[in-house]
Amino acid sequence: FIQPLFSCQFSDSAGYVGFANLPNQVHRKSVKKGFEFTLMVVGESGLGKSTLINSLFLTDLYPERYIPGAAEKIERTVQIEASTVEIEERGVKLRLTVVDTPGYGDAINSQDCFKTIIHYIDNQFERYLHDESGLNRRHIIDNRVHCCFYFISPFGHGLKPLDVEFMKALHGKVNIVPVIAKADTLTLKERERLKRRVLDEISEHGIRIYQLPDADSDEDEEFKEQTRASIPFAVIGSNQLIEVKGKKIRGRLYPWGVVEVENPEHNDFLKLRTMLVTHMQDLQEVTQDLHYENFRSERLKRTGK
Amino acid sequence: PCTGPVESKNEAAMSEMVPEPRQKPVVPMKPMGINTSLLGYIGIDTIIEQMRKKTMKTGFDFNIMVVGQSGLGKSTLVNTLFKSQVSRKSSGWNREEKIPKTVEIKAIGHVIEEGGVKMKLTVIDTPGFGDQINNENCWEPIEKYINEQYEKFLKEEVNIARKKRIPDTRVHCCLYFISPTGHSLRPLDLEFMKHLSKVVNIIPVIAKADTMTLEEKTEFKQRVRKELEVNGIEFYPQKEFDEDLEDKTENDKIRQESMPFAVVGSDKEYQVNGKRVLGRKTPWGIIEVENLNHCEFALLRDFVIRTHLQDLKEVTHNIHYETYRAKRLNDNGGLPPMTVETEENHESNL
Repeated sequence: FIQPLFSCQFSDSAGYVGFANLPNQVHRKSVKKGFEFTLMVVGESGLGKSTLINSLFLTDLYPERYIPGAAEKIERTVQIEASTVEIEERGVKLRLTVVDTPGYGDAINSQDCFKTIIHYIDNQFERYLHDESGLNRRHIIDNRVHCCFYFISPFGHGLKPLDVEFMKALHGKVNIVPVIAKADTLTLKERERLKRRVLDEISEHGIRIYQLPDADSDEDEEFKEQTRASIPFAVIGSNQLIEVKGKKIRGRLYPWGVVEVENPEHNDFLKLRTMLVTHMQDLQEVTQDLHYENFRSERLKRTGK
Repeated sequence: PCTGPVESKNEAAMSEMVPEPRQKPVVPMKPMGINTSLLGYIGIDTIIEQMRKKTMKTGFDFNIMVVGQSGLGKSTLVNTLFKSQVSRKSSGWNREEKIPKTVEIKAIGHVIEEGGVKMKLTVIDTPGFGDQINNENCWEPIEKYINEQYEKFLKEEVNIARKKRIPDTRVHCCLYFISPTGHSLRPLDLEFMKHLSKVVNIIPVIAKADTMTLEEKTEFKQRVRKELEVNGIEFYPQKEFDEDLEDKTENDKIRQESMPFAVVGSDKEYQVNGKRVLGRKTPWGIIEVENLNHCEFALLRDFVIRTHLQDLKEVTHNIHYETYRAKRLNDNGGLPPMTVETEENHESNL
């Protein structure tokens, strides 16, 4: 996933001090330490969240999964379930934690269903604040939620009242990335219409979703723009491999054709994955510099420290 | 005396309106009048033709209600079912309107005609159902509406000077749209069907079924059927109302294998293999609505319109309405209901 950031040669020419090599050193240390990233996934049951996560990270985060029936769901409240997996690619280690929120939006009365989620996010901030203020700061574990994929139903006409309320309550606590899953249920026209509707409603309600930073000098400006223009990403996930033109690819087999997960003409899956992995660093920074700092100043103001 | 051509014409005409005749009479049918002097033939069977002619002249009412969360394709499906723009969305309503804050009941009537038969079709939409954050009791306005139609009918029935043909606004069929999550029913689905299956014929359908592969569809249907059974929800056709073995066999198959129908709707036509078909065009293929390999829309259509339309009305009248009537009479001490309004406007047989 991650390419070396800089490459530069040592030189003994006059005037050259050598600290331009610092980023390299930072990079090497980080690689040795490994990266941590916490991704939260929120949305009604049955929107394809688990399948998408498995497809994104090419792993099965949910083996032996039990899906409760409707009668059971009536009694259930929102749960928080965190699964951690270590992924390594080209010597770079990523400790990925996926925080799932089963029960969200299932109940007949969903008024309180995001209180649990808010508490969880705040608790991680609280813990970090505590560790940061403590004596032993060498091994602070960062369990703060760096990014929240919010799943919008492809079956509606836009955002639902619950979607609006959730995003308004959480856009000041976490980076929200809206995702339209099960996008193969939409024709291209319907997809565009839905995306536009969602963006209009987000702006109408003053919801602040995660903004991609401007392209760096060494990044492809046009690609960045294209990516930005695709938000919210309309994606398809799949746990199955299908043979298409002699190759085995991730997809869904219908009587009327095959939907390919990694085909950019079929859906935005590749865009979403690329965006996520190339912005892990930025997502962490924004969490630290914006959301966490907001929490911290509120907290310290309250306790009058 | 020829029997062939006329006989088949009768049968063909009959099958459009009423279910196929139960059994062929043992005595060979004769087409001409009742006054034939051949032994054994009376001509009672011609009543079917008489009924058919009568129905064609008077036409009939059919009231279908659609219930489900916003965006599940209810309006499109109803338009596809009746091959006309009969839904609320087509009658000048803006497709992009806001979700109402409470459940509304909107009834739109159309007269459609086919083969000389006139149907006054009323589509009752329920926008706002299941769309709020708090959906508690959101089925109550719907139950209230259904009972109000029974009440209207009852009031007309108990009148001394009652109309020859009581206008029938009772809901004959309620299509309940299940979201194609692939997991299970939602708590709201259970609650709605538990409450309403006792007052109206509920036909559950899985909406936007083009989101599921064949395997996912089969699994999901099995799960839903099981959940409905475990929770004691009797959808139409209800087991207890099967009239005879023939009914039971036919309906068993529908109940245990076909339902809930996994459907896809569309009002757009595309060219496939030289034919114009209703469908949805995607980058990976065209989904044909009336192709049984793609979805079960044709099964739903045949079921509701071509085979069980009359039965839906009969069960509504003979079972649901009678249940309501009996309760009302009981509550009233065995007497027909009477309100101030009734006293003023009509004389009742109290």
